[in-house]
Amino acid sequence: MTDAPTPQKINLAEAFERSGVGPVLKGLDDELIGLAPVKQRIREIAALLLVENVRRGFGLSAEAPTLHMSFTGNPGTGKTTVASRMSEILHKLGYVRRGHLVSVTRDDLVGQYIGHTAPKTKEILKKAMGGVLFIDEAYYLYRPENERDYGQEAIEILLQVMENNRDDLVVILAGYADKMERFFQSNPGFRSRVAHHIDFPDYGDEELLSIAEGMLGKLHYKLSPSARTALSEYIPIRRGQPHFANARSIRNALDRARLRQANRCFAAKTEIDLEALVTIEGEDIRQSRVFAKAG
Amino acid sequence: MRVTQGCFSFLPDLTDDQILVQVQYCLDNGWAVNLEYTDDPHPRNTYWDMWGLPMFDLRDAKGVLMELEKCRQLHGDKYIRLSAFDSTHTWESLRISFLVNRPKNEEGFRLERAEGRGRMQTYATRAYALDRPEGKRYA
Repeated sequence: MTDAPTPQKINLAEAFERSGVGPVLKGLDDELIGLAPVKQRIREIAALLLVENVRRGFGLSAEAPTLHMSFTGNPGTGKTTVASRMSEILHKLGYVRRGHLVSVTRDDLVGQYIGHTAPKTKEILKKAMGGVLFIDEAYYLYRPENERDYGQEAIEILLQVMENNRDDLVVILAGYADKMERFFQSNPGFRSRVAHHIDFPDYGDEELLSIAEGMLGKLHYKLSPSARTALSEYIPIRRGQPHFANARSIRNALDRARLRQANRCFAAKTEIDLEALVTIEGEDIRQSRVFAKAG
Repeated sequence: MRVTQGCFSFLPDLTDDQILVQVQYCLDNGWAVNLEYTDDPHPRNTYWDMWGLPMFDLRDAKGVLMELEKCRQLHGDKYIRLSAFDSTHTWESLRISFLVNRPKNEEGFRLERAEGRGRMQTYATRAYALDRPEGKRYA
């Protein structure tokens, strides 16, 4: 124990206020639509870390908590976005020093020939020190069908750093739920070092529609009422087709709608006003191949 | 004889925590941090061996300390210096350089005299360690 007098009482709300996490959590709530279970888990983690901080103030348990996480969910459910928020929260609470996010995949970690993997992985780890290392589609690191695959080497280095540098960096593994499950089964070392498993559910149709409006709003576009109806019909049809990637599919659809809108404005060859420039009409969306396939 | 070179050279050797703070200062300024080692610490020997590439894109000093740790494992019996290069236009040069490791026994330098033309006396300093071949000088 130190000589400094330990405080007798601590106001948790005040500690929360001081940490500056509130605005980040609120931003998470406001800007990300849906994902209720994810937000709940993040709030729980933030509360745990805050209480841990306060406990340390009382001189209790000095062991740094394990913060490595795994994010599982289908593509386009916001794993990367949440990871960058997570790094901000961890930074505000003082669990990572810089709070930057280094996002990598297998290609960034695993080398092409013998002796190439270790320096490559270490280079990335050095870059991620003091922040969050986000490994997308982490299960590709492990290729059981090829026993000489260099992925195993990267895994070993990662595990070592995850254990020894727990207060220097936080690793977040992300990917599809079923493949992640298999990955953890074949790499028990990872399972035991990852404390928080967060599952990202698929978005509902309504949520995707409001996500679409949010995306367009940021780009200074808006949907006309007919476009809104068209989009709400589009979403369930698109969902039934292959390679549906939640919010990412919607963003691509909107990109194409913007293309068609620009084309339409251009082809009209008349003077157009601001209103026409910012509005996406129903026809811009109905021209999509998705409707043709469904019909 | 304790070799003094670069910044902080008349202070006691920096501890790892102090090095960490210095490195973080360099990184916050956007300088590229570089590690070099040598067993020929003559002041005129500016070209030391590089330990890997300069670290251009780090955010946190811990990464540099990890490299330093590895460098010490292999070259703990040599001099290691840490320098930071500022690439901004008009600077484009080293902004800081200091020793972060030194051999246990520093034997120092001897003064060598030579007579030149017209019996003119010339002087040179030469590390005692240089009498031994490279790699075995401070072992």
